Amino acid sequence: MSNLTIAHDLSASAEHYLERIGEADEYAAVDVVLGLIEDGVPAEDVLLRVVAPAQRLVGELWASGTWSVAREHGATAVSERAVAAISARVRPRPTLGRATVACADGEYHALPARMTAEVLRLRGWRVDFLGASVPGRHLVTHLQQTGPDVVALGCALTTRLPRVHATITACQAVGVPVLAGGPGFGADGRFAALLGADGWAPAADAAADRLASGDLPSFPAPQTTGHLAGEEYAGLTRRRADLLTRVMAGLTRSYAPMASYSPQQLEYTAEDLGHIADFLGAALYVGEPAVFTDFVTWTCDILAARGVPADSVSHGLRIFHDELEDLPQARTLLAKGVEAASGAGGPGEGTR
Amino acid sequence: MSRDGDRLPDLPPAVLFAALDGCGDGVVLCDSVGRVVLVNAVAAEMLPGVEAGTDTARGPAAELFAHDASPGSGGEVPHGDRPGREVRPADRPREVRYGDRLIRVRGERAGLDHHVWHLTYAGLAGPAGGVAAAFALRAERRRTEFLLDAGRRLSASLNTRRCARATAELATGFLADSAIVLLPADLRRRVEWVRVTAGRGQASARFEEGAVPAADTATVAGLADALTASPHGGVWRLDPAGTPGWLVPEGFGDAGHLMAIPLPGNGAPSAALVLARRAGGPPFDEEDEALARALAVRAGAAIAAATLYREQSDTNAILTGDLLPPDLPDVDGIELAGSLRASEQAGLIGGDFYDVYLPDAFAAFAAEPYPQDITGGAATDRDIRAPLVILGDVCGKGARAAVLAGQVRHSLRTLLLLESRPERLIELLNRALLASPSPNSYVTLVMGALSRAPGGHTRLHLSVAGHPPPLVLRRDGVVERVAIRGSLLGALKNPVLNAVTVDLAPGEVCLFYSDGVTEAFGGPSAREMFGPARLEAALGTCAGMPVAALVERLEQISTEWLAGGEHDDRALLAIRARGASG
Repeated sequence: MSNLTIAHDLSASAEHYLERIGEADEYAAVDVVLGLIEDGVPAEDVLLRVVAPAQRLVGELWASGTWSVAREHGATAVSERAVAAISARVRPRPTLGRATVACADGEYHALPARMTAEVLRLRGWRVDFLGASVPGRHLVTHLQQTGPDVVALGCALTTRLPRVHATITACQAVGVPVLAGGPGFGADGRFAALLGADGWAPAADAAADRLASGDLPSFPAPQTTGHLAGEEYAGLTRRRADLLTRVMAGLTRSYAPMASYSPQQLEYTAEDLGHIADFLGAALYVGEPAVFTDFVTWTCDILAARGVPADSVSHGLRIFHDELEDLPQARTLLAKGVEAASGAGGPGEGTR
Repeated sequence: MSRDGDRLPDLPPAVLFAALDGCGDGVVLCDSVGRVVLVNAVAAEMLPGVEAGTDTARGPAAELFAHDASPGSGGEVPHGDRPGREVRPADRPREVRYGDRLIRVRGERAGLDHHVWHLTYAGLAGPAGGVAAAFALRAERRRTEFLLDAGRRLSASLNTRRCARATAELATGFLADSAIVLLPADLRRRVEWVRVTAGRGQASARFEEGAVPAADTATVAGLADALTASPHGGVWRLDPAGTPGWLVPEGFGDAGHLMAIPLPGNGAPSAALVLARRAGGPPFDEEDEALARALAVRAGAAIAAATLYREQSDTNAILTGDLLPPDLPDVDGIELAGSLRASEQAGLIGGDFYDVYLPDAFAAFAAEPYPQDITGGAATDRDIRAPLVILGDVCGKGARAAVLAGQVRHSLRTLLLLESRPERLIELLNRALLASPSPNSYVTLVMGALSRAPGGHTRLHLSVAGHPPPLVLRRDGVVERVAIRGSLLGALKNPVLNAVTVDLAPGEVCLFYSDGVTEAFGGPSAREMFGPARLEAALGTCAGMPVAALVERLEQISTEWLAGGEHDDRALLAIRARGASG
């Protein structure tokens, strides 16, 4: 058995698994993961070295326009089932404390949080997994009712950070320490510290290691960080709706290709403008220009992969810039955004 | 004080001495070789015998004037320091015993060649105090901090387990090597406990929890009293020799001293705290006892509140259990997925609901669980029952609406024992609602009876009563709106009911939804209604998705539309005919 285990090339399994989920073939995908477990591959390895890398590729395939959003969601749904199948097959007795794992309010990338929940469970924690987009007050009610030793809070998108901040504070106010995770907190977790989280872990196994190390406080330390959001964030949030309406109108007047947009394309444009406003707000909130410029670069790449030129983005950013006369920090960010857009997004193929 | 270079005004030395003598701290100024140049009045009182000319490296005060040995933090007094040389940082403040006093001393460089020492009595005891007073004051301050910390930590949580852990941790840090909190026996006569043991040396504290039969606690003299004592009962010393093994952690060694304290609750102790010190450690004295009681009062109140909260939320969970959306059963030939987001002000329950009724639950004698087309021929026989899927919306929001929704679901379950024809069921439900004593018992719903059709197709016999009509997603991504509406239930004696049959090829989806989805206000302008067209467009992007992914995607799009704004209950239920691809 042990020879067999060593013989397993998990990256080959991951590829095989990716093919199955790409076809939304739940049964075949579940067979792959359970087969590996049958062969003696530890469940944690199946999760982190087969399912996780395949899912990372799913994200890349979507970003590059190779996979449709339907295929991406289908694959992710199948991975959810595969993780559930592993969870049903391998059931260690809980010997450690009790943990709650949840996605922040508005956060729908539930699979990484689910994997964290499973890894903690496999390591002996008693885990409650609350799923995607958990409103803060539901989370706090759950904490009061179950009394876990820690909350693992997942956030993939930086735009959620202002709401995540409120959630972290609420968890700590009821005496439960927060372990933050997910790329929304920055690649090095810097925003986790900024928002007062008690700890941060880059991945599911790291989260489990961090809890095992015992260096997370058993009760949150009293918060000393004060008011974070600058006035500009508040100002931007307050007038978001009005701003977006004006920018949309401005773009329609000044950006010629808009005249031939289909209603669906106009919807997408409005959505994209909303994202620009949200990332701008997040960058102001955490005081980190890269939050905004990285988003601009990323958007240009995504649009380029779908045949939309990057100049539509810089055009939009300029209109935001003109509309936000009284928010100097926001204007500086927007200028940096225009710079980032000019350096990104080559010509691409395919349609959105 | 202005430090404008060395250009001090020409003040007579007497004025400077007077200013120094008026200073509350002791001040001793030394020259570059450590010889005292000046002593102010306070310092002279603190250090009898130290005067101008005294060598600070010798004599009883030498320890006070020792520079930090560590590199970069002062080092030895540099002789003949000259301008341009690196400025020596100040010595770190420290506390030094001098005679029967504890003195806090801080040294720093003064000018180019001098060093100045600031001396205060530690613990703000003042010149009149001694070491004992300073220590007492410090201990008092620690106690105050301890009780503040206890209050802060214990008031945060409404959970018994967390409150018990906080209590044990607080006690371990201050009063004991190990502290265990025992909760009163539960219904199964078991006593749950939580224990924290201080780590030795650098090790972090250890947390454990468990449960013992209540009978085991009853045999421990003192502990049984602590768990059942009157609210402000005493403190019990336990005999270390007579305590069971589970009371102290493994590897703890012999407990030298054990003390049990009831944590006062509502009329009876809400828990008991047992403190353990290792053999060889100091016994618990009166002050420890007083502090333990002070902690017990705070912990007892917190645990009592948490217990009350738990009782209420347990009751609440039982009452609302049936109001939460059901786990969707496996039904042959189809995949189901649902999502229910209650309006946030109301917690997890609301007026939207969905449910699935399987025929086996209603008629053990049903000819087959999943009938052939029930709309034609012999299949309409009332003994052949089809699986039913429903989604509905009662008037109102929150708990009141949830109760009515629960009644509707329950009524349907009961009516199904007698009646299986969907239109007839809805009529009966309408009559039940009209007869309801509670006002505004209005319901809209969509109901689908499932049956098999040739070619691996699934047929949905749909009845709609005042509800937004379902949508159908075809394999090619085309979305059709089922064109029926009907009148809502609970208002008219003879409601207008419409029925239509929809045929789903493998992989095709029928989506039921509530108006909370389509009537959500938000979007970029925050004022726009989501509307059926957007829902249809979103559904059109979901062709080929597993049904769980489809529902989650629609829910996500709807939530993003709201952008954090307030919303009504939102329900989605999707029925997908299983295809060759799953």
